[in-house]
Amino acid sequence: MNNSVSNTARLLGAGLRALLVLTLVTGVIYPLAVTGVAQALFNGKANGSEVSADGRVVGSSLIGQSYNLPLEPGQETPERDLKWFQGRPANGLGENTLNTRYRLILSGATNRAADNPELVEQVRAAQAAVIEDNSVPGHPVERSEIPADAVTSSGSGLDPDISPDYADLQVPRVARENGLSVAKVRGLVDRHTQGRTLGFIGEPRVNVLALNIALEELVTKG
Amino acid sequence: MGPVTAGVLQMLALIGALAVVHAPLGNHMARIYSSPRHLRVEKWIYKGIGADPDTEMRWTAYLRGVLAFSFAGVLFLYLLQRVQGVLPGSLGFDSVEPAQAFNTAASFVANTNWQSYYGEQTMGHVVQTAGLAVQNFVSAAVGMAVAVALVRGFARARTGELGNFWSDLVRGVVRVLVPLAVLGALVLVACGVIQNFSGIHEVGQFLGGPQQWNGGAVASQEVIKELGTNGGGYFNANSAHPFENPTPFTNLFEIFLILLIPVSLTRTFGVMVGSVRQGYAILATMATIWVGFVGLMMWTEFAHQGPALQAAGGAMEGKELRFGVGGSSIFAVTTTLTSTGAVDSFHSSYTGFGGGITMLGMMLGEIAPGGVGSGLYGMLIMAIIAVFIAGLMVGRTPEYLGKKIGPREIKLAAVYILITPALVLVFTSLSMALPTPPNSMLNPGAHGFSEVLYAFTSAANNNGSAFAGLNANTDWFNTTTGLAMLLGRFLPMVFVLALAGSLAGQQPVPATAGTLRTEKPMFTGLLVGAILIIVGLTYFPVLALGPLAEGLA
Repeated sequence: MNNSVSNTARLLGAGLRALLVLTLVTGVIYPLAVTGVAQALFNGKANGSEVSADGRVVGSSLIGQSYNLPLEPGQETPERDLKWFQGRPANGLGENTLNTRYRLILSGATNRAADNPELVEQVRAAQAAVIEDNSVPGHPVERSEIPADAVTSSGSGLDPDISPDYADLQVPRVARENGLSVAKVRGLVDRHTQGRTLGFIGEPRVNVLALNIALEELVTKG
Repeated sequence: MGPVTAGVLQMLALIGALAVVHAPLGNHMARIYSSPRHLRVEKWIYKGIGADPDTEMRWTAYLRGVLAFSFAGVLFLYLLQRVQGVLPGSLGFDSVEPAQAFNTAASFVANTNWQSYYGEQTMGHVVQTAGLAVQNFVSAAVGMAVAVALVRGFARARTGELGNFWSDLVRGVVRVLVPLAVLGALVLVACGVIQNFSGIHEVGQFLGGPQQWNGGAVASQEVIKELGTNGGGYFNANSAHPFENPTPFTNLFEIFLILLIPVSLTRTFGVMVGSVRQGYAILATMATIWVGFVGLMMWTEFAHQGPALQAAGGAMEGKELRFGVGGSSIFAVTTTLTSTGAVDSFHSSYTGFGGGITMLGMMLGEIAPGGVGSGLYGMLIMAIIAVFIAGLMVGRTPEYLGKKIGPREIKLAAVYILITPALVLVFTSLSMALPTPPNSMLNPGAHGFSEVLYAFTSAANNNGSAFAGLNANTDWFNTTTGLAMLLGRFLPMVFVLALAGSLAGQQPVPATAGTLRTEKPMFTGLLVGAILIIVGLTYFPVLALGPLAEGLA
């Protein structure tokens, strides 16, 4: 009995020592070494691919953000600022419930099922909003023109991109709101459309932040 | 080019890349698990452990090593989370509550990485890098060690000895996982995955006002999370988060990392048993199932059945635009046919059938190609069952790789394949029968049941993905999924190692004209059939209540 107890203790001791040694290798040396090399070789990317415009940081090229009007007093959900290209819905984003001294964005999806009536309602509401926002005189938007990415929330809620179709659909509105010609804004979208990597990896897309930065330049320079 | 063609080409690119690298990596692993030499750094590690790496172990000693090491892992990770509140470098985050800390410790040690917490608001730098990421390495190395012990059982004759656990563990970490992780992490950073210790900081926005980011050692954790088929995300959105998976290329690269070691281990197996063709037969079985599942997933997701997806005009809910339906479908199938559970899109919003395919992938036992190590030993157990069925048909004592599959062997294999279904079905029915657990469901109807079924399928098979609408951070789910993960990981290992010991003790029987040729395509066909029929019969009733009911509605 004593023998088996001491054997077990010895074995557990070996397990614990193995864990501590391997923690040193894989939990301390490895991440510090990778961080060192990453910071030296790929500084901008290792720190979040920040983008600057007019000398100030305006976000990350990888993280989607919202383009809304400031909240009016008494208003709970802000209205979209129609001057700017809009990204995808983000109904799955949350706010931190733990450690509430921070105001972190919690990435996430809606997790609503394909047959959930709430999701059907969200999609219908998003379609109605897209039609209302983007229909300009002489150019009404039909429901059938709206691509799926415009009315669905992404997996992270932080999708930085929209499809070229959704960008095109917003062109007449953005041109009108900014007093620019449709052709000029369409040219802007075309220049910011990225094809598939190597022709077959991923989907064609437009980075909304990059597009809006270019739009701002176009507006200020005239 | 249309999105369907692009999706198919991405699948073919993966197959091509794996075809090129699996032989050299598999040969390398066969060499390191057979070599008598120790590297200098390994000698230091053995000194630190206080273990002799050259002592051969019988299966019971090997198992004791696995269990002692894993128990220490659970204990250490639990305590680390419980004292997070006073640890420096924890961003001032609070200690994790006991039930959730147990669940997370069990989850990461069991190579599951089920997460009932939100990464960005719960875990500071220390727990993420020195706790969770460490288990990503060592739990994978434990899986590889057990698989190699089983392969030695086939390869050796008239000995009960299966190798040395400490040596297999350390070599797996030092000579396989760490070098690959360093290379992979740098590729990921070069593509935009973050790697810093900036903690929580504010960054400007286009229209003014700050956004708060939680920066950390993401790339170094992301790479081992895929490579070790772990799956636990740094952020809540896992590999859908742009800081974990920024581009279409990183998406494909991460899928490649998930498949790399499980696929290469079939080569290691072939080399160690002295016939690479036996390895090819196992690999062909895995590849057949994987390709079939990817095809079905793309078919159902591109068809986007379901009222909300029909209204939207595409299955883009819960999917990132840069990956699209094709890239997301390949990732979803790969993560559930291995024990990974990382997600680049949210399975709960897939079509009814799409969600069912992810569940069926896990229910197969994650063997196509499966988790690191666990995929190979799971598939070899199924091969034993298939050989046994073939033996029954012709009335001959079955044998596999020259070893007789007698009553003892078949009993061990049969118990192995009963463990996870028993855990899944018992815990799912309990959760549905009790009054409060169903309150955790987010979605109504059949999908709500699927959320619970998915949770226990994922936990017992050590996957870790979820129909994430389910609120799993309750005492009931934290405790039961924690138990399912530990039992689903370590009970099967007991039977695998017992089987390995029993096989290693046998004298091989020479092949005769009547021997089933297990390196031939016919055996691959038999094996695929056995897997689908055995699993299909086990799970058909619950699948009919959940995803089939949703998909056929």
